[in-house]
Amino acid sequence: MSNLSRAELENLAKLARINLTDEELTIFGSQLGLILDSVAKVQEVVNDSIVPMSHALPMTNVFRPDVVGQSLSNSEALAAAPSTQDHRFKVPRILDEE
Amino acid sequence: MTNLSFDDALTRFEPTLGLEVHVELNTATKVFCACPTSFGSEPNTNVCPVCLGLPGSLPTLNEKAVESIIRIGLALNCQIAPWSRMARKNYFYPDMPKDFQISQYDEPICFDGYLDVLVPDQDGSTTVRIGIERVHLEEDTGKLTHAGGSTGRIHGADYSLVDYNRAGIPLVEIVTKVIDGTKHAAPLVAKAYVSALRDLVRNLGVSDVRMEEGSLRCDANLSLKPIGSETLGTRTETKNVNSLRSVERAVRSEMVRQAAVLDSGQKVRQETRHFQESDGSTSPGRSKEQAEEYRYFPEPDLLPIAPDAAWVAKLKSELPEAPAAKRERLQAAWGISDFEMISVINSGGIDLVEKTIAAGCDQAAARKWWMGELSRIANELDQELESLSISPKQVAEVESLIQSGTLNDKLARVVIAAVINGEGSPAEIVANQNLAVVSDDTALLAAIDVAITQSPDVVAKIKEGKLQAAGAVIGAVMKATKGQADAAKVRQLLFERLGVSE
Repeated sequence: MSNLSRAELENLAKLARINLTDEELTIFGSQLGLILDSVAKVQEVVNDSIVPMSHALPMTNVFRPDVVGQSLSNSEALAAAPSTQDHRFKVPRILDEE
Repeated sequence: MTNLSFDDALTRFEPTLGLEVHVELNTATKVFCACPTSFGSEPNTNVCPVCLGLPGSLPTLNEKAVESIIRIGLALNCQIAPWSRMARKNYFYPDMPKDFQISQYDEPICFDGYLDVLVPDQDGSTTVRIGIERVHLEEDTGKLTHAGGSTGRIHGADYSLVDYNRAGIPLVEIVTKVIDGTKHAAPLVAKAYVSALRDLVRNLGVSDVRMEEGSLRCDANLSLKPIGSETLGTRTETKNVNSLRSVERAVRSEMVRQAAVLDSGQKVRQETRHFQESDGSTSPGRSKEQAEEYRYFPEPDLLPIAPDAAWVAKLKSELPEAPAAKRERLQAAWGISDFEMISVINSGGIDLVEKTIAAGCDQAAARKWWMGELSRIANELDQELESLSISPKQVAEVESLIQSGTLNDKLARVVIAAVINGEGSPAEIVANQNLAVVSDDTALLAAIDVAITQSPDVVAKIKEGKLQAAGAVIGAVMKATKGQADAAKVRQLLFERLGVSE
């Protein structure tokens, strides 16, 4: 099983802005480990004769006409935000003082 | 570090330029969702689960955006990729709620083109061919407002507020190849390129290309190398360059700054710099070394774009007349010199002049107004000509009021200022503010008679044949009629009244 350390996992969760409990970290840690193992297995068979593939369906040019549809209201848009101010999302400090 | 002059810097160094221009397309909806793209809406109201990056939402590609970028590519003489993909550019920064931007990486829709631009020089102008490396499609980011902290800038702000209305508006990024050998002309070349590109995109009708509203944005990459050197110097990328004039100033000041750094034996740091509109300097922003690991990979939620040859050929056949061809055609039609044409192009007013002429104005008068009084006002207001609140039709109307004798040149300037000030149409302003030239002889004669009785000694001199003394009386009449009289007419009537002849 892949070696995904507790610290790496906590950092990933922090970067993704997802609060995880200890219990969840354990569950997702083993699930992510399994995914990494599976990807590693796929990588074993990769060689130059295999063309990389990004999509499972042999389709192209799936477009949407340029017609305005329904947007959310401001309160709907902000409903799940941890913090808001002046109808905007409020986010923590990005860069420290120089 | 000593300050050195631009000319001094060029005795030892030569500049290498690269320009990245972002153009917001004027599609009705965003690039990956059906939210409207209207400018100036209430914050976070042009948003939906897709452009807010909510779980389970899926992007769908706007056909008009694809069509628009192909048209831009064709107009820039690019090849159109028969097959390309969107890619995820991953980064953690709150201007993108998904924590990635859907862009393009190594498979841009358009690549390998060029744009010929006219650069002014002492002999008139030189055509410089700017190579186009790539033109790709991506989504614009949200708008951050930084709050608290000492400077109001991002550094040390206590927190930031985000409006995602702009997130997902289709953005076309146009990247030049390395522009070498421009020497002292580098700032002018940069300005001429952005100006020509703006005209080209506007001509296609795919964007408003308003620099002051941010629908056209320019980043200028610049490095210096010792003259004759084969190795490129370290480059900086200057952002926040938001007008044509700023493009020229930013390149110029960055050339001087880098030359001073190199002269003092130091190294230029590879970094992003911000242009300061107030004094034309650049200041350091985020350092590049710490960023730049975007982990690009093909966007799994969008299928490849494979425009078929027939569609591309059709779009190509429908392209409007290219600005360069249009320039030649208009110059011939107006019968003006290279020098005069360059000044029209550089003012950014070629379309305005053309429309003014189309609205019935004489070509010389149309050029005179836009290159003269209106350019002066635009400078004073620090605006581009096209953003002045006066239309070509209104300028033509002012000129026709002059032709019909209703206005003289001086009054026309007053009317133009009033139109720009939002006081109404030229005809309304003339009527409401009683600005028409006084051509009714009765009114003029009355004013002349008053002036005559007020200056008996001057009148006596005129009668003795000292016609130059008439100036004082004419001046009094002009003052009494608030400049609305025609001075030559006053002179003629005055002499008739006094029974003297010139």
